[in-house]
Amino acid sequence: MRSFRYERSTDPGRAVALVAGEPDAAYLGGGTNLVDLMKLGVARPGLLVDVTRLPLDSVESLPDGGLRIGATVRNSDLAAHPTVRRDFPVLARALLAGASGQLRNMATVGGNLLQRTRCAYFQDVTRPCNKRVPGDGCSALEGQNRDLAILGWSPQCVATHPSDMAVALVALDAVVEVLEPAGARDIPLAEFHRLPGERPDQETTLAPGGLITAVRIPALPFARRSTYRKARDRASFAFAAGSVAVALDLAGGLVRDVRLGWGAVAHRPWRPRLAEAALRGQPATEETFRLAAEEELAAARPLTHNAFKIPLIRNLTVRTLVDLAEDATDPAERDR
Amino acid sequence: MTEPPHRSPVRLSVNGRPYELDLDNRTTLLDALREHLALTGAKKGCDHGQCGSCTVLLDGRRVKSCLVFAVAADGGDLVSVEGLAEDGQLHPLQSCFVEHDAFQCGYCTSGQLCSALGMLDELRRGWPSVVTADLAAGPNGVTDPEIRERMSGNLCRCAAYPHIVSAIREAATVETRPMGSLR
Repeated sequence: MRSFRYERSTDPGRAVALVAGEPDAAYLGGGTNLVDLMKLGVARPGLLVDVTRLPLDSVESLPDGGLRIGATVRNSDLAAHPTVRRDFPVLARALLAGASGQLRNMATVGGNLLQRTRCAYFQDVTRPCNKRVPGDGCSALEGQNRDLAILGWSPQCVATHPSDMAVALVALDAVVEVLEPAGARDIPLAEFHRLPGERPDQETTLAPGGLITAVRIPALPFARRSTYRKARDRASFAFAAGSVAVALDLAGGLVRDVRLGWGAVAHRPWRPRLAEAALRGQPATEETFRLAAEEELAAARPLTHNAFKIPLIRNLTVRTLVDLAEDATDPAERDR
Repeated sequence: MTEPPHRSPVRLSVNGRPYELDLDNRTTLLDALREHLALTGAKKGCDHGQCGSCTVLLDGRRVKSCLVFAVAADGGDLVSVEGLAEDGQLHPLQSCFVEHDAFQCGYCTSGQLCSALGMLDELRRGWPSVVTADLAAGPNGVTDPEIRERMSGNLCRCAAYPHIVSAIREAATVETRPMGSLR
């Protein structure tokens, strides 16, 4: 591992100045991904600016019913937060589906969004990877790509974003509050992660040196009926083969409104807007749900080893919508 | 000529005893314990946060010490497996592991113990898990599905899992010292 200087900051502006001042500086959050990447030689920062002691560790209810989550709130604290559990169960369930108890105690909200893909070729410095070394080539395109993208990929990169949390957040229209060298701004989470295109090394729209300070979730009353479903190769402590976030609002057997998120299918947490549009105003039936998922998945282009993800995501979406709809029409549940 | 590695002073409380160290910034908490404090209870299994054998309690919470730079834990209060027994008496959880034959080779055991202590504390706080049916109400007791899910960050290559689960289940029923009074 390359030797690095270590600085600890308790002021966000000072932290940004430190990182923006050096091209090979990086922020250190919980370290669950970055420290590993440093051991692997994938990340080689010369300066680490520890942001875990910034005053950004609170979860604040907003007057309109939304929520502002500080960037250094740990994943386990957020998942256990009473307001999150009550008003945004999809977020709590997504967080709890990720990693292990120890890692959730360490990982921060900001770091979760900025974690890197677990594509095996990205993590192996002996193999070509355009994300690690632009122009190097993609080993995954013709290699072992079972776990990789089916949507939005490019010939330069077929990596997926590994976060569970971000799948729930993109469904909830979350906004990322950032502090950049030029000042503070808001970035909708749906626009925060880029598709790979020609520049898979550029993963987000965050300016160089930019720091995530918070994530804001707007009020969404019907998110009280929401959930997250994750398919993976073992029952716990594994990245998703595919996952769905769903919030459903029914009225008289019709879909009044719906929010969807798909995980492990693309370079960013995927917001299936075509499927959402196909559902609104339609009867809440298994057939409608299937047609909506298929409409979004018409654009999917499977790789050599991951065609299974298309029916997997379709079935996860349909089953989760059916379960939520049954929940909503169960008289015992309706007034809960 | 290469520059000397960057170093930092690091203060840690380990099992109730204060230490002042001067460490290469690259030193993980795990290496600080094993190589600098001669506390080799926490084990280096994978060194990538995947096996859990390095689990310790940092400021009362279970973490993987292989993924924490010691310098980032400066000022922290750490409990490793060496801190569990008191006055020559095993911690009740350790006794349960012995009684239930909850290990074979023992390599993962110190991580299992620290993880289980942190996990039981999380259960006492009412933290939900992904198998908790009612998120708002929280976990419905120390059930086997809850234990298994919450202990998934600790691998056992001997596959002593059924006995680990039963040991933890019993430990949850006996009076255990709260985390804050481990020492």
